[in-house]
Amino acid sequence: MFEYLSYGDAGFGDELLAGSLLTLELALVSLAVGIFLGLITAAAKLSHHRVYRTVAHLYTEVVRGIPEMLVVLVVFFGASVLIQTVATWFDYNDYIEVNAFVAGVFALGLVFGAFSSEVFRGAFLAVPKGQLEAATACGMTSWQVFHRVRLPQMWRFAIPGLGNLWMVLLKDTSLISIIALDELLRWSKVAAETTKQPFTFYLAAAAIYLVLTILSDLIRNYFEVKANRGIAPHA
Amino acid sequence: MPDFSLITQYGDRFWDGTLITLKLVFLSSVLGLMIALPLALARSSNKRRFWIPAYSYIYFFRGTPLLIQLFILYYGLGQFPVITDSFLWPVLGDAEWCGLIGLTLNTAAYTAEILRGGIRAIPRGEVEAAKAFGMSWAMLQRRIILPRALRIAWPAYGNEVVLLLKGSALVSTITVWDLMGETRSVFSRTYALEIFLYAAIIYFLLTFILTRIFNQIEKRINRYLVCY
Repeated sequence: MFEYLSYGDAGFGDELLAGSLLTLELALVSLAVGIFLGLITAAAKLSHHRVYRTVAHLYTEVVRGIPEMLVVLVVFFGASVLIQTVATWFDYNDYIEVNAFVAGVFALGLVFGAFSSEVFRGAFLAVPKGQLEAATACGMTSWQVFHRVRLPQMWRFAIPGLGNLWMVLLKDTSLISIIALDELLRWSKVAAETTKQPFTFYLAAAAIYLVLTILSDLIRNYFEVKANRGIAPHA
Repeated sequence: MPDFSLITQYGDRFWDGTLITLKLVFLSSVLGLMIALPLALARSSNKRRFWIPAYSYIYFFRGTPLLIQLFILYYGLGQFPVITDSFLWPVLGDAEWCGLIGLTLNTAAYTAEILRGGIRAIPRGEVEAAKAFGMSWAMLQRRIILPRALRIAWPAYGNEVVLLLKGSALVSTITVWDLMGETRSVFSRTYALEIFLYAAIIYFLLTFILTRIFNQIEKRINRYLVCY
């Protein structure tokens, strides 16, 4: 059973490793896109303009109400139809394939952005008002109040929520195998079909995901302890 | 311009798919809750022989993607002749059964963790009072701990059922004809993007209705609380 997992030509060890790296890369890039989208959406939700607020809430509600898999399919096929249509305007009629990695990043980022906007909004509001007033009373400008007092503390409130969303994102990367990106699950599938050892390879993929989750857990704990230093623990 | 003839042409398939999705979500949430109750008690126990197996189960199912769990069940188990030759194969070789089992085992792990949070949040005085009345362990669980934990954890449990509904779309990858399965099949035949829009509307409505139902039940089960 184990010879199939060996490194090199005989086994699929190196393919699984390459797939794992692509999975990690996909998750990290999506995280960056998702945090960016989440911050903008949170800002829009806290805005005084009604239009911004409505658009932001609409985006969040829609994404939260439909399966992630549907988001992935809509982004992938939607983008390819869109590009194809634009291409025909320029008399280009060959088939254009949408890059699965880019579509995956966009889809996962969209989902992460919707959920994280709530985390950011909550963290923004969780900073005690008295501190902000005190900072203003000290003569700080509103920008100084934001980046000296509010921003550093938002981080502390946001970590637990962001940590959970990262775990969800990490596991959701497996969905991108549906649009044929050569990530971990896709390679496991190829290996399973070639060797007729599906159990071995899907269990191996699960084990790799488990390692990534455990590592993420450790990193999250580290950040949480670090962010909360100097804060008295709950009685 | 959306082509509404698609609705008349494929409406039946959407309906059938929706029914399968609802059936899977309903059955797996009920069965999952039934597994989650003892699992949460075992996880909250301070005896090693109880909490270590429960903890491992929960960690595995929460730490790996549902998609892979389904693949292991449906494609993976076929690797072993012991299973394919056994009386279990009519069940384990069937896509819909595998989907149901996979969703159930997965949601049981998440629900157990939610219930554990509920158990921990029960005011100590209530448990002590019950013990002072001389309740046995089983009676304490049945009358005080589980009902209280379920009430406290109810909003979080509602979220989990919504996640289960969204996660149920993954069973389409193991050839179950749920709403997502029908959607993908109709799309591959028509290549009309609005198919996804229709599916999104149905899923959105289902999550919306589900959230409403859970909120109503929450009001009802917590109505004895004064400050509610």
